[in-house]
Amino acid sequence: MTGAPLLEVEDLRVRFHLRTGTVEAVRGVSFSLGRERLGIVGESGSGKSQTARALLGLTPPPGEVTARRLTFDGIDLLKASRRTLRSLRGGRMAMVMQDPKYSLNPVMTIGKQMVETYLAHARAGKREAREKALAMLEAVRLRDPERVFSLYPHEVSGGMGQRVMIAMMLITDPDFLIADEPTSALDVTVQQEVLRILDGLVAERGMGLIFISHDLRLVSSFCDRVLVMYGGKVMEELASGDLSSAQHPYTRGLMNCLPSISGSSHPLPTLERDPEWAK
Amino acid sequence: MTDAVNDTTPGERSRALLTFAVAAGRFLLMLAITLFGLLAVTFFIGRIVPVDPVLAVVGDRAPAHVYARVREEMGLDLPLWHQFAIYIGNVFRADFGNSILTSRPVVEDVVRYFPATLELATLGTLLGTIFGVPLGVAAAVKRGKFADHFVRVIGLVGYSAPIFWLGLLGLLVFYSKLGWVAGPGRLDVTYEYMLTPVTGMVLVDAALAGDWAVFRNAISHIALPSALLGYYSLAYISRMTRSFMLNELSQEYVTTARVKGLSETRIIWGHALRNAAVPLITVIALSYAHLLEGSVLTETVFAWPGLGRYITNSLQNADMNAVLGGTLVIGIVFVAVNTFSDLLYRLFDPRTR
Repeated sequence: MTGAPLLEVEDLRVRFHLRTGTVEAVRGVSFSLGRERLGIVGESGSGKSQTARALLGLTPPPGEVTARRLTFDGIDLLKASRRTLRSLRGGRMAMVMQDPKYSLNPVMTIGKQMVETYLAHARAGKREAREKALAMLEAVRLRDPERVFSLYPHEVSGGMGQRVMIAMMLITDPDFLIADEPTSALDVTVQQEVLRILDGLVAERGMGLIFISHDLRLVSSFCDRVLVMYGGKVMEELASGDLSSAQHPYTRGLMNCLPSISGSSHPLPTLERDPEWAK
Repeated sequence: MTDAVNDTTPGERSRALLTFAVAAGRFLLMLAITLFGLLAVTFFIGRIVPVDPVLAVVGDRAPAHVYARVREEMGLDLPLWHQFAIYIGNVFRADFGNSILTSRPVVEDVVRYFPATLELATLGTLLGTIFGVPLGVAAAVKRGKFADHFVRVIGLVGYSAPIFWLGLLGLLVFYSKLGWVAGPGRLDVTYEYMLTPVTGMVLVDAALAGDWAVFRNAISHIALPSALLGYYSLAYISRMTRSFMLNELSQEYVTTARVKGLSETRIIWGHALRNAAVPLITVIALSYAHLLEGSVLTETVFAWPGLGRYITNSLQNADMNAVLGGTLVIGIVFVAVNTFSDLLYRLFDPRTR
């Protein structure tokens, strides 16, 4: 961790008040983040994505977010005006989502979407925004940025699309990036490449990163620390090097389920879940 | 790399040209098939129904030899397929026969009546779109809130109130009591023959001639019926806009736009509506085509000399030439509107290019 924490989260709760009752998706999550990489792992429904959306103030209605403390660089995110939040979002905090096929606007060219992001936050002319967008497309190692700039999202492959997404989210030089399962919609061969690009850019810019995934091995190789979530709660926080010394039975269970190349494991291990953990 | 980009430009241009040629060819083929089918069906129905067009001409007291002569003159003694062949042959020479009712060539009648419908339907659709789309957007954005319910009630009234009743009510209030608008018809009698028809649409002709007194009078006449048709299409358009927008607003790219820190206005109008516009084009086009068919009730209430009224009157008088001619025009309009919406669709959705 370098310097003061960028993000401080204490007792974060996300509740959805539905007609059928209240569902608490995130239940008292606490952590802090400097300019480092934090991985969040957990199965579907463990609250990892809702945690990320709450940080950006993007909890969909009728969700309600409460926390004892939720600050970004000293700014209280729960009390901040919508205007402040908007300038933080995209300007200093950004997020790469799962599937570029859905997360890019299908009827707008890639270039236009990138320029729009830049112009929303920087005092700049169209020409400067265009230059910046082209530079970013080059930074994510897309060949022929000029061409990609004028393409529509459906005209690029999944891997290219995700690189475009990364380029678009980093165009404003944010301090903090959330990557919400950024590679799970991609082919395995492309995953590594996209991760390497993301890794390089995050390191180069010294950004804080929250990397959300259900792939424990991937997260531990990519991040400095790992939060293991289950049922909206943090089960365990580990340095990624100490994964093998995990204490919590859930983490151990997740690790047991990782397939290994050598030796067959019959029957395949199943994940044991204890309802007690979520209490 | 710039060379490569320059190289593709002429190629792309010729490809665009080819696409256009294919589209034009498809349009003509579709038009031909549709119109032929339409004519065949209308023709045979017209001959099979137990209405005697000869009687419509000679009256039911004519002596038998007169009746027989007229029947022969009209070609009704020939076999059906022969009659149809003759009719189609005439159609190719733009001869649709004479209308019994108006005793003018049907072509002349259509040229006179269709522009009135076109004018009314176009204005109605414009009004319906201009007000319907924003209302639908507002309803989607404020889902479940007051604005949503408000728009729903407006739409419900538009759907369910009989249009002739609304028309009569409108005339009563805005024409008879308040005097804000002019009454039935396209123009006041004083202005009736002051215009030389160019397009046949009074508003356009008046504007072309620079005759603003006529223009104002025409506006005053068309305001009420077009507002009524506009309201009718607004009900439909706002409802569809709402559901398309709800669908778009739940898409991931909208979340992306929020992550980017864009304003809500930008997200709603610039991102979501741009996507919702694609299916909306079809909806608006269909509603337009529907109004172009001639809204008989509205045209009747407002004494509007449009195509719907023309066809209905002809039908009631067994004037089959007029019915066939009018039907053909409606067919052409339908195909044309569909093709136009197809082209717009391509313009709005890059994935279909």
